Amino acid sequence: MIRVRGLTKHFGAAPVLDGIDLDIADGERVVIIGPSGTGKSTLLRCLNFLDVPQAGVITIGDVTVDAAHARKADILALRRCTGMVFQNYGLFANKTAKENIMEALTTVQKHPRAEAEQRALAVLAETGLADKADSFPAALSGGQQQRVGIGRAMALGAELLLFDEPTSALDPEWVGEVLDLMRAVAERRQTMLIVTHEMQFAREIADRVLFMEGGKIVESGPPSQIFGAPQDARLRKFLQRVEG
Amino acid sequence: MRALDLDYMLGLVPVILGYVPLTLFMAGAGMVLALILGALLAVERVAKVPVLDWFVVLFISFFRGTPLLVQLFLFYFGLPQILPSLTQIDGVTAAIMGLTLHFSAYMAESIRAAIVGVDRSQWEAAQSIGMTQGQMMWRIILPQAARVAAPTLVNYFIDMIKGTSLAFTLGVTEMMGAAQKEAAGSFLYFEAFLVVAIIYWVIVEILSQGQKRLETHLNKAFVR
Ligand SMILES: Nc1ncnc2c1ncn2[C@@H]1O[C@H](COP(=O)(O)OP(=O)(O)OP(=O)(O)O)[C@@H](O)[C@H]1O
Ligand SMILES: [Mg+2]
Repeated sequence: MIRVRGLTKHFGAAPVLDGIDLDIADGERVVIIGPSGTGKSTLLRCLNFLDVPQAGVITIGDVTVDAAHARKADILALRRCTGMVFQNYGLFANKTAKENIMEALTTVQKHPRAEAEQRALAVLAETGLADKADSFPAALSGGQQQRVGIGRAMALGAELLLFDEPTSALDPEWVGEVLDLMRAVAERRQTMLIVTHEMQFAREIADRVLFMEGGKIVESGPPSQIFGAPQDARLRKFLQRVEG
Repeated sequence: MRALDLDYMLGLVPVILGYVPLTLFMAGAGMVLALILGALLAVERVAKVPVLDWFVVLFISFFRGTPLLVQLFLFYFGLPQILPSLTQIDGVTAAIMGLTLHFSAYMAESIRAAIVGVDRSQWEAAQSIGMTQGQMMWRIILPQAARVAAPTLVNYFIDMIKGTSLAFTLGVTEMMGAAQKEAAGSFLYFEAFLVVAIIYWVIVEILSQGQKRLETHLNKAFVR
């Protein structure tokens, strides 16, 4: 279970997250939509302290961190129950596809090498990249790199997976295969928090959609409500713009 | 103008070659120590530890901003007057120390540049999977930075080999010192120093060839 209370982040004077409250049930798939610069990425990045919030309490599984007095060990613990998929993949360029997935398992989770390797190969098979196990990221297409990125996050066995616009940096031809893989991840009732501009995908995959603007969650509901009967004027305007 | 005394030069080559191991020892030891110190300084420059950072900046600025010869004299002749326990230090040790400090400052800058050159998303990915700062540096960032910095670091090694000739001024009998002593007996200064120059040149050429191969090898790294 994920529980966020009063999450607040400023860069300088400007508030970017304005006291966010959010609960996510186990296995729930939540999609965040909203205009550019409204704090969607910042929300995800505050959940694993890539950006350090000034205030708020975050509970993920059995780890609770209060931003007001977060210690290094708390932050590591929080990161160890989340996995993140980045817009620019963030694959380790000095490691092969297989090693990218193994790295957290051996270095962080301290699994034996052989076991980690087995798990990495199994994940690569699920992502359809079994034949790329020994390829370095530089030798993979954007779509393949992002599938490794998703595989790396899947392998962690994390309570919560965070996706920050995982298809935005991709050539259109690779978007489909990455979305397909995310659907497969969703099917296992993995708890997911996804920022995306792919509205059709959001409609299809989300149990709940959050519309953010100005550092706040302005409207929240099932896709049928958000896309079919939007309440807030700002959401209606946003949908008109993106859906044309 | 007189003719070169080639026989004398040929006879001198094995004598001077006998001092090559000392030169390589000073440069090799200096290189290893400077690499370690340089990497530590570079990591500090990236992490910007409060207060310590100020000292590191000062250190790097001083050792890049003053000539190696002046630094060697300061350590070998100057410091013992202030810290009498240092009088025990022999010329070879002082030369290695001086080379280490001097070149670590240069290396710190190129290693730092290579570290910050590793793209941001890899740092964040490493943090997101729960790696500690040390694990991230050691397993992800430094291996990549090392490949970027390697050609420059080999250049510094070459400079360091040439720099060992300054140990002569600290009373160390290395290649220069040996040639000087030989020439003092024969008065064939030109021949003696020419032999030294040629031997340095050959060593550096060999290293430059190695450097080229290293670069081709590194350019192919991480693509498969
Ligand atoms: N490191 C930073 N320093 C200063 N300002 C920042 C920083 N990161 C983000 N911001 C600002 O915070 C606001 C929210 O940024 P954020 O990246 O969370 O938006 P977003 O909703 O993800 O937008 P997009 O859809 O364009 O990705 C923006 O105004 C941005 O300029
Ligand atoms: Mg964003």
